[in-house]
Amino acid sequence: MDALRVEAAGMLATVQDLGRPNAVAAGVPPGGAMDRFAHSAANLLAGNDVRAATLECTLTGPRLVAERSCLVAITGADLDPRVNGQPAPMWAGIFLSVGDRLTLATRRSGARAYVAVAGGVVADRWLGSQATYLLAARGGMRGRALVAGDTIAAAATPGSPAVAGRELPRHLRPDYDDRVLHAVAGPHIDRLGRDGRHALFSSAFTVSHQADRMGYRLDGPALDTSGEELLSFGLTAGVVQLPAGGKPILLMADHQTVGGYPVIATVVRASLPIAAQLAPGDELRFAEVSIEEALRMRRAQESALDSLRN
Amino acid sequence: MPAQRSTTRIRLHPLGDAALLVELGTRLDTAVNTRAIALAAALKKRRDVRQALAGCASVTVHFDPEQTTHGALGSAIKRLATRRPPMDEPGRLHRIPVVYDGPDLDAVASALGLPAGRIVELHTQAIYRVFVVGFVPGWAYLGPVPEVLKLPRRSVPRTQVPAGSVAIAGQMTGIYPLPTPGGWHLIGRTSVRVFLPDSDPPCLLRAGDRVKFFAADR
Repeated sequence: MDALRVEAAGMLATVQDLGRPNAVAAGVPPGGAMDRFAHSAANLLAGNDVRAATLECTLTGPRLVAERSCLVAITGADLDPRVNGQPAPMWAGIFLSVGDRLTLATRRSGARAYVAVAGGVVADRWLGSQATYLLAARGGMRGRALVAGDTIAAAATPGSPAVAGRELPRHLRPDYDDRVLHAVAGPHIDRLGRDGRHALFSSAFTVSHQADRMGYRLDGPALDTSGEELLSFGLTAGVVQLPAGGKPILLMADHQTVGGYPVIATVVRASLPIAAQLAPGDELRFAEVSIEEALRMRRAQESALDSLRN
Repeated sequence: MPAQRSTTRIRLHPLGDAALLVELGTRLDTAVNTRAIALAAALKKRRDVRQALAGCASVTVHFDPEQTTHGALGSAIKRLATRRPPMDEPGRLHRIPVVYDGPDLDAVASALGLPAGRIVELHTQAIYRVFVVGFVPGWAYLGPVPEVLKLPRRSVPRTQVPAGSVAIAGQMTGIYPLPTPGGWHLIGRTSVRVFLPDSDPPCLLRAGDRVKFFAADR
């Protein structure tokens, strides 16, 4: 059932969910929402399961018109969301009436905003997921980004008034301006040498213009690895690989499934939402963290999401 | 005591807070790859494992840290990996026609000091093993190529390589499944499609399969 009409598409808006982790054996990236925390929170605020699909809106948001009254929730990057020109609350369930215009404009913080609709966005399913994978043109809105004129369907549940107005308390929201990515030393960190390791965890890096859903190439201090070529092995989102040339690449949701460059660090799951909210030109730092601490940070995020479950 | 020797060669590394890289070897070797594929299959059956993907000589394991720890799973992996490796059952054999007119064929021939026809002979002689499927959807790392065909990657990768291009680099050969950037040497092309987005799994070649190329006119 049509819920929203796309009046203007913005820079890059795609349908995403929690991805297709079981397709990696065919070389298909796990994909899905870059910021899983914001995606999940948006769904819970709209009364959905976290596995429902949402819209991931990058840097410049779309203009959406409600085709029927519906409950929505906007989380993630602050793209100055407005309903009929009036500032709209984020991290909260909000009602749209027929004809209401929801506008996401330009970035005030973060890079990717998520829009959930009660019932869940309904789009093409590919290999068990509705996540859009642009390279193969599959999943989501016919495998492509949203364009003006698209209509977004949501499963027909009457937006329950009981859910509207619920919000994620401010102290439980991620601080996207704190651009520290917690990371565990990678399998091949020894190839960096002591100075390289020190540089990795003490220097500032900048997200270059080669940054998309596959990964970010980072500018920063010169890093060099030694040692023989590696055989290809399976990768994961958060991996920081170092190709010859010394510019590290941080792998994100649509990452290559295998690779043979040395992995010098892996950003832990709790920091991936922060990484997802970086844009070209943003500065970041890596902070080494123990696995125990990484798991504690992750559990804190899980319990923040639990607070939104009934 | 081969079992013990193989244990000492296993190296475990955390890959973040919910994954492990299990290194079984450092060389491109069919027996090691067979062990990796078998270990990944055994690990996938465990409740605390979410996904296991075999590399050329490794397994990347994603697990649920609420059910196990890096240490406990690591010990279990070492036990599993010391099991007698399974017989390498020959995988499906794919015969793939190739038109050997790639833009790099002449450059490869001159770099190796061989006539182009000899490159074709050598490339079509061997039966290659699919060591890993990955990087991009449907890409299969095939190898090992005959020693005399070994060449480092192109110094400047192409920004776009057409789908169906047949290429070599190092010990490996492969078929580009999608138009992507690429740094391998393009020696030919095939009409066989290796990425099958509307099938499940969406790829023609799977880890453990075998591939034999033959020269075709078109």
